[in-house]
Amino acid sequence: MALLQLRHVSKRFGGLVAVNNFSTELQAGELCALIGPNGSGKTTIFNLITGIYRPTEGEIWFDGHNITGRRPDQITRLGIARTFQNIRLFSGLDVLGNVMVGQHLRLKSDPASAVLRLPHYLREERAMQRRAQELLEALNLAHLAHEKATALPYGQQRKLEIARALASNPKLLLLDEPAAGMNTAEAEELMAFIQHILEHFKLTIFLIEHQMRVVMGICPRIIVIDYGEIIAEGPPATIQNNPRVIEAYLGVGTYA
Amino acid sequence: MRTSITRNRILTVLALAGFVVFLVYAQTNWDAYRLRILNLCAVYTIFAVTFNLIYGYTGQFSLGHAGFAAIGAYAAALLTMSPEQKAANFFLAPIIPLLRDVEWPFLPALLVGGTLAALASLLIGWPALRLRGDYLAIATLGFSEIIRVLFVNWQRITNGSLGLKGIPDHTNVYWSWGAALVTIFVVKRLVDSSYGRALRAVRDDEVAAQALGVRLFTHKMMAFMLSSFFVGVAGGLMANLISTIDPKVFMFFLTYQIVGITVMGGMSSLTGSLVAAVLYTVFLEVLRPIESPFDLGPLHIPGIPGMRMVLFSTLLLLVILFYRQGLFGQREFSWDGLLNTLARLHRRVTGLWGRTPPPSTVEKGEQ
Ligand SMILES: Nc1ncnc2c1ncn2[C@@H]1O[C@H](COP(=O)(O)OP(=O)(O)OP(=O)(O)O)[C@@H](O)[C@H]1O
Ligand SMILES: [Mg+2]
Repeated sequence: MALLQLRHVSKRFGGLVAVNNFSTELQAGELCALIGPNGSGKTTIFNLITGIYRPTEGEIWFDGHNITGRRPDQITRLGIARTFQNIRLFSGLDVLGNVMVGQHLRLKSDPASAVLRLPHYLREERAMQRRAQELLEALNLAHLAHEKATALPYGQQRKLEIARALASNPKLLLLDEPAAGMNTAEAEELMAFIQHILEHFKLTIFLIEHQMRVVMGICPRIIVIDYGEIIAEGPPATIQNNPRVIEAYLGVGTYA
Repeated sequence: MRTSITRNRILTVLALAGFVVFLVYAQTNWDAYRLRILNLCAVYTIFAVTFNLIYGYTGQFSLGHAGFAAIGAYAAALLTMSPEQKAANFFLAPIIPLLRDVEWPFLPALLVGGTLAALASLLIGWPALRLRGDYLAIATLGFSEIIRVLFVNWQRITNGSLGLKGIPDHTNVYWSWGAALVTIFVVKRLVDSSYGRALRAVRDDEVAAQALGVRLFTHKMMAFMLSSFFVGVAGGLMANLISTIDPKVFMFFLTYQIVGITVMGGMSSLTGSLVAAVLYTVFLEVLRPIESPFDLGPLHIPGIPGMRMVLFSTLLLLVILFYRQGLFGQREFSWDGLLNTLARLHRRVTGLWGRTPPPSTVEKGEQ
């Protein structure tokens, strides 16, 4: 059975239809890209999957659970983690602290044992610290562990958001324009890295990207949406030559 | 690394021992007036540290301190007063039978006061902490006023606007500073734990925190109830210190002072809360003369009641406008920090006196 299923999902904001009758499935281990022009509803789909918005119609299933209308933290607990298009790091925490917040949901010790620093809490805290350090090393951020997170350069903030999301041990990782603001070389490096974590962490990844070029090399499947509806779906080779896709992209100009 | 941890532990133990010696000295040698100030310093420290927990660390703007303190104060007062004292107080209408004959020791009375305050915060937080934004401020502000009006009208429980007189003076510096140190210890340990990271995450970005699996409501409620518990205890300490309370003691003005102290000390700095609370309490007493008439040379200044509060509010305004981080910002006291500062000072002082002039400066001077 598919890991993630969206069944006829729609989202309306007042009169605006942001997502219209959207259905798709992601199999475990898959790397799938969601692309589309500005305002086509990509981020809204992520917000629906992660419970920030409730679908107006339709159902969302994850790993055998109907997660439609559940709270974001409950959905994260089931194994979905995400990054944000407009970076949302915790400014009052250092780099290591940001990653460790991602592990807090797996903490078993109660607040009283945390205050009293009981042995089982200290064991968990040390394990969290070790794992956070490992994640930072995996993303080449270890040397910045004690820097203020929001003081990092843009590209590293994006990487830190990925590290933080990975810290919750997700099955499904949603990346909202991870390469935004990067130059071509950086974006290519990041895509290689995404392919690496897909295998290394045994993930399923759903990835939003603006530019088709960036994902063509690594994503076996691409979903293209426009005005909240799927206009094409398939491997890059067929998408590239799809007339509706070309029209959607040429229609808004510079994205080819 | 290891040795500096051991050194810091030893320094902490020594400092605490020194502080205990100071408390013993003060309790045995100081007069009632100075002791009262020392006790009030501890009470205001608890108020500021708990406000920092709920607002500075968790980002929830609660204005309920006066209400929670009132609950703790009345609970501790009614539970510790002797039946005779209560009979003397309640001459308009008799006290309800349930409270008439109780006369508890101090500790359980304080704990009951704290627990009732925490339960009250559960009641307000249940709806208000689910909403985003400033609803908590409005709800807690309203709650504080409701508590005050209730306490004016519950004649047979609170003795109404007459208040309670002759509350036993159980509070001494051991109780007050003991409670303050426990509060600081618990809050500091909490904010330095995984829960503390989650609280700061909630403060900085609720959407991201929840997307990372942090249960927003549970965490806010935990901070709110813990904060209110200690506020209730501090209220009880205050009642058994000033020995006379009435609903007017717990007007919004009390909350306002606590917010001001915490802002001046620095949001997210417990050191700042402690230092600002002590400075505020002491200065309030030192500046008492400016509210009575005095002569400044040939100038005669008439007494203006409330002058100290004008000063306090002006200072608060200046801090908010020009020095938002307050005394300590987000920084905390640490032995390493103190020793470094001392070493720097030492170098500067020896440099000033020219005892060990660096050779390069000498050469430059001769050229
Ligand atoms: N909370 C909201 N309230 C009202 N309208 C919204 C809301 N969120 C999104 N929209 C609208 O829904 C549409 C889809 O927005 P969405 O952010 O999903 O687009 P996107 O594909 O992510 O665009 P971009 O490439 O710019 O990130 C837009 O017209 C947007 O204005
Ligand atoms: Mg978007």
